Amino acid sequence: MIPAAARAWLLSEEPASPLQARLGVAYLGWLRFLRNPLAVAGLIIVLALVAVAALAPWIAPHDPLAQDLANRLRPPLSPGHLLGTDEFGRDILSRLIHGARVTLQIVALVALTAPLFGLLVGTVSGYFGGWTDTVLMRLTDIFLAFPRLILALAFVAALGPGVENAILAIALTAWPPYARVARAETLTVRSADYIAAIRLAGAGHGRIVLRHVAPMCVSSVIIRVTLDMAGVILTAAGLGFLGLGAQPPLPEWGLMVSSGRKFLFDNWWIATMPGLAIFIVSLGFNLLGDGLRDVLDPRGAGR
Amino acid sequence: MRDRDALTDTALPGPAGAAGADSAPPRPLAGAVLRRLRSLVGLVVTLAATLVGLLAVTFLIGRVVPIDPVLAILGERASAEQYAAAREALGLDRPLIEQFAIYVRDAATGNFGTSLLTANPVIDDVRRVFPATLELATIATILGVLLGVPAGVLAATRPGSITDQIVRVVGLMGYSMPVFWLGMMGLLLFYGMLGWVGGPGRLDAVHEMMYEFEVPARTGMILIDTALAGEWEIFRNALSHIVMPAGVLAYYSMAYISRMTRSFMIEQLGQEYVTTARVKGMPEWRVVWVHALGNVMVPLITVIALSYANLLEGSVLTETVFAWPGLGLYITNALLSADMAAVMGSTIVVGAAFILLNLASDLLYRLIDPRARA
Repeated sequence: MIPAAARAWLLSEEPASPLQARLGVAYLGWLRFLRNPLAVAGLIIVLALVAVAALAPWIAPHDPLAQDLANRLRPPLSPGHLLGTDEFGRDILSRLIHGARVTLQIVALVALTAPLFGLLVGTVSGYFGGWTDTVLMRLTDIFLAFPRLILALAFVAALGPGVENAILAIALTAWPPYARVARAETLTVRSADYIAAIRLAGAGHGRIVLRHVAPMCVSSVIIRVTLDMAGVILTAAGLGFLGLGAQPPLPEWGLMVSSGRKFLFDNWWIATMPGLAIFIVSLGFNLLGDGLRDVLDPRGAGR
Repeated sequence: MRDRDALTDTALPGPAGAAGADSAPPRPLAGAVLRRLRSLVGLVVTLAATLVGLLAVTFLIGRVVPIDPVLAILGERASAEQYAAAREALGLDRPLIEQFAIYVRDAATGNFGTSLLTANPVIDDVRRVFPATLELATIATILGVLLGVPAGVLAATRPGSITDQIVRVVGLMGYSMPVFWLGMMGLLLFYGMLGWVGGPGRLDAVHEMMYEFEVPARTGMILIDTALAGEWEIFRNALSHIVMPAGVLAYYSMAYISRMTRSFMIEQLGQEYVTTARVKGMPEWRVVWVHALGNVMVPLITVIALSYANLLEGSVLTETVFAWPGLGLYITNALLSADMAAVMGSTIVVGAAFILLNLASDLLYRLIDPRARA
């Protein structure tokens, strides 16, 4: 809980410094966010994913790769194996816990690369306009014209299967929406007085775009990233399921569902558990993204 | 299929900005005709540019493949002369831009090369498997519209109510569930445990034989072919097989359509004509389902076209789970055997179908919405 004095300082009507004003706005946003129970649930799920991934070696009851053929295909709630074991006798819970690392790695790398690239393309496109804009936006449209998974499949087919290539393929297909969002935001600030003032002060194009235009687009892009992460998780899992993403014996969730396919009717839990994990995590990102949109972008609330 | 703002993102950029900017023409009629013509030309140019861009992307992907196409054909032990001859025959010794020109020309005539896996021209393979995907996606879209539109309307009439919450949560779950997993769970429950539906594939083995020998393949879509031939037993069997995969895909379609319908309806119900209609004493059902929904239909068509296009994508995973012999399964098999000609050929076909559906919805939009026509 925040002490009353700090609360009063945050909610002060006359902030003494820009920092206080900014923190006050953030605090108000946080309060709005807390009023939405679904969004809070989403935040908890995402934080849990991060915690599980960070602590995986310490909280997993077994080695995720250790085979134990004497104990293969044990159903859930067996002694020592809460979620049962797979066809090699590996503990499913331990594999799920370690799989959180793979998922988080994919999400983090895509979330770092694709939005930055999209932001760069979008701001440059919107700021310079004219031919630059036409060429860059046409390029964006071409990438948007492909269904995402199919384009990612084509990239992975060319690059070869593997987690790194799956990440690259997903990032290559994920940037265009960010470029669109960033361009739209740039167009609204491009002719603002403050930009003209900065230009008169002698700032170059690079400085204006990077320091004064791009930051204005960040909040829209962040909302988009959070909403997109669910899609990234599903695409990565889909690639894994098709055998084009992570390779065995890596405990990637999509791959685990795929290996459970052979045993679906007799040993349902092998495919069910990792699928449930994908579902919960991607639901968490969706709920969080929805909540963030309501807080950061009041115009879009209720949509 | 999880692109929630797809309406603004994926829709082809209409040339509306160029055409709509100059207002107050001196001669209204001629001006309108000219503007319309210009916007049509703009549309065609945009379409052509996007299609060529699509080909450029697949061409470039094909160039970065670590597999040497010459070695793939000749094998590792070819002599230097054989290698050079094959390289020339494939046109790989020419400049890149010339290779691309040949590539575009071939693609325009439907020549995507030969599949390594089936030894057929890729275009023939695609033509053979496409009806299965089309049948699946069409039934799924119909189901998605029938469920999604009413759900969205109901949610919009009482925002914040229990109905609204349920529609919202069911939709969010659709955005979060891996389609291949949902398909497997459906198979497990309704086929494995309850036995209510047919298993993987389009028909049982017995009916497969009957279809093969007794039903003339007019469209390649089993439901239509058997209905035309009056073979109702095969029809029923096919129906029991398509229900599960179509239902799974319909869920995603419904999630998207209900969400968009809700937001469109909320916007319409806040308009003044709705208030006027209510003040005049019009029954509420008529205000909602006839007047407001009538106006929502226009943007909704774009949404439905997009969800239809997205199902083409969702079909890759769904068809793999249900062993459904359509384009999706074809792509998967080609990928797993590194059959690049087949992968790129079908990628182009899906991409082109995507673009054409976007265009169709754009044209339909102009046709229906009088404001877009001006």
